Amino acid sequence: MTAPSLTSPASPPDGATASTGRVRVPVTAAGLPARAAALAADGYRLALVAAHDDGATVRVVYLHTAAGDRRVELHLSVDRRDWRVPTLAAVSFTASRFERELRDLYGIQPVGHPLPRPLVRHAHWPEGWFPMRQRAGQPPPFATVDEPPALLAVEGPGVYEIPVGPVHAGLIEPGHFRFSVVGETIVRLSTRLWYTHRGVERQFEGRDLPGGIRLAERISGDTAVGHTLAYCRAVEDALCLSIPVEARRMRAILLELERVYNHIGDIGALCNDAGHGVLHAHALRIRERLLRLNARTTGHRLLRSGVVIGGAAIRQVPTGQELEDIAADIRDVVGLALGNSLVLDRLAGTAVLTGVQASDLGTLGYVARASGIATDARRDHPTGVLTPAEGVGDVLSVPTQATGDVLARFQQRAAEIDASIALLGVLVPAAAAGVVRDWPTVSHRPPGPRGTSGVGLVEGWRGTIVHRVELNDGYTVTRNKIVDPSFCNWPALPVALANTIVPDFPLANKSFNLSYAGNDL
Amino acid sequence: MTPAALLVTAIQVVAVVAFAPVVVGLMRQVRARLEGRAGAGIGQPWRDLRKLLRRQPTTPEGTGWAFRLAPLILMGTTLVIAAAVPLLTTAPVLGPAADLLVVVGLLALGTVVLALAALDTGTAFGGMGASREMMVLALAEPTILLGVFALSARTGSTNLGGIVSATLDDPARLVTPASLLAAGALAVVVVAETGRLPVDNPSTHLELTMLHEAMVLEYSGTDLGLVELASSVRLTVLLGLFASLFVPWGISGAGLAGLPLALAALAGKVGILATALAGTEVFLAKLRMFRVPELLAGSFVLALLAVCASFLLA
Repeated sequence: MTAPSLTSPASPPDGATASTGRVRVPVTAAGLPARAAALAADGYRLALVAAHDDGATVRVVYLHTAAGDRRVELHLSVDRRDWRVPTLAAVSFTASRFERELRDLYGIQPVGHPLPRPLVRHAHWPEGWFPMRQRAGQPPPFATVDEPPALLAVEGPGVYEIPVGPVHAGLIEPGHFRFSVVGETIVRLSTRLWYTHRGVERQFEGRDLPGGIRLAERISGDTAVGHTLAYCRAVEDALCLSIPVEARRMRAILLELERVYNHIGDIGALCNDAGHGVLHAHALRIRERLLRLNARTTGHRLLRSGVVIGGAAIRQVPTGQELEDIAADIRDVVGLALGNSLVLDRLAGTAVLTGVQASDLGTLGYVARASGIATDARRDHPTGVLTPAEGVGDVLSVPTQATGDVLARFQQRAAEIDASIALLGVLVPAAAAGVVRDWPTVSHRPPGPRGTSGVGLVEGWRGTIVHRVELNDGYTVTRNKIVDPSFCNWPALPVALANTIVPDFPLANKSFNLSYAGNDL
Repeated sequence: MTPAALLVTAIQVVAVVAFAPVVVGLMRQVRARLEGRAGAGIGQPWRDLRKLLRRQPTTPEGTGWAFRLAPLILMGTTLVIAAAVPLLTTAPVLGPAADLLVVVGLLALGTVVLALAALDTGTAFGGMGASREMMVLALAEPTILLGVFALSARTGSTNLGGIVSATLDDPARLVTPASLLAAGALAVVVVAETGRLPVDNPSTHLELTMLHEAMVLEYSGTDLGLVELASSVRLTVLLGLFASLFVPWGISGAGLAGLPLALAALAGKVGILATALAGTEVFLAKLRMFRVPELLAGSFVLALLAVCASFLLA
């Protein structure tokens, strides 16, 4: 790549690089696909696409990230009169989904998109109303919903459809699944999400910085730390705040605690879906123990209020012994599950996602790692929490599996719990309870009159979470674009289900355990 | 038909129907305790039934007589089975009709009627549950037939009361290879017929994995109550029949004298079998759907060996 120009009409004052060394490149519509392709060839992935309707101007920001904490943003100005951008669908599959999102929420047309179907937008939304535009105003009346969403139908002898949801039995978030089945074998699964679209990104607009934390903690209830940390990292990146090492240690502890309690919950749920109730009961018991540990640690069972702007707060540091006890307990449950031939038979070979598929679709987190893709923001973007130089570099391991089936995702979770406990074993002895924060402080770079932007990349328990905030000089959030790893992972579920039988779908679905709330926003 | 036989049969039917939800409650409680949960208590299924039976049923749009009649036919066939099989007495009033073939036919009739009702709803889950249940039924029925044939071969009759009486007269035949193989085969079939692990998971909420439960998803109120009661009675009768065939002691003759002992013996035997079944379930997971035929084929082979053994080794 040529040395990028550091100024663009839309970028913050002076065009200076932010504290994390993010590079901003203004591009023209004609030059965008070539630039994006060059970045992809250079090992970058498209992490986020955010549109900004500033009233006078419309911008689209394409954030590319790569290992080694490299971050490159392509800034494209969009003509207010025709609202069009060239598509990047040929460069990245994830881009094609971001573009469908832009089309639904901003009315920006991706020119040349191979399949510009609605993604966020449901059929009963008012025509021609784009909720994220600055002057969107109050929505016109919605139509009534009287029929299931139109999805691609598979035709042929013996093919029948099973519609499931959006209302499910049990405590499951809403999503509509349409199986096309021959006998018991799934030919195709179509999904319809965005039933829990709450306009989270819009609700960020106009919030003060602590107000954003309260919202970030609630983006996806089970990822309170991940999203809050990504939001705080983005704000801190924008303000060039440096975070004391004690606070970063606390954050790393909270992030790993969140990973462990969610992974053991999933391990139990996988056993339950295989019909093994007693292991589920024990996994729930361990999860409850961790939730109570969480409550002692931050005052909230889901670890809310632990991460704050410029620092972190911990009421009581968990002891290494307690964590080691819990880890031994978890290893027992995992051993019993994998030692049961019936459970093992259900998990092995079910819903295989190959490594090629996982990387083509741009999957993240344990889904990618179970298919052999060693992606992990803790290693690739260590500025989120502790840097390798601060003593965790040689402890942090990124385990992967090879087979990409339900069993691999099960074992991946077990391996990640072990890795997290090992990491906690290093972090916990050095940590002390208390509040460590460097905010409000004079040592930051205040936003100029044209505002500033920042990016936070955090390896949440589901995968890499990306937040990109823009702040104005009143320290108010003007835009926060959020990408939960579920957004990138949802398309992998139907792919993995090819040739899986219907009764194994719940097991496959649970092994992905994707967030609806985090995806739908 | 003596008044005494009539009374004993009536008591058998009433006892089985009253006892059946308690058996289900006992199994759930055993599971709960073994899993470290408090459990709802063994009376919970009866409380649920009382609630359901007082509620007005709803019928989905477009369903016809098959859907409406199925709970009644299912309950009717189940009551006839409860009256016909030798549980308390070797000579129930329907004794002459208590032919092996009749009982298997009635069991199948109840299942088929429920499957038709599931198809009648026109929902994907109903059709899916019905097709899966038929698969299990088609594989389980021959095993029941063969298993009991093995036991009946030496008695020379397929009458269940006759088989039980003969066993009582000559208990040594219980430890023959034929009898043991048949016991193994029938145990598997009882598990499959009653929708227990590892064939079906009665406690799941995941519609896509269900067998029996998927067929009754559209039932509500009284109808659901009848279906639930019928399936618990079927479970109890099958466990009781298993006990009568392989542990017949305590069962009374035609008179009333042995009745209290027979009641206590039946309750004890079914209770122990139910506890053992629930206790085993705790350590099992659900089989992958296409492994179920392998399991049932295995039980069929056991039953076939039992028949061969009863002819060759007798």
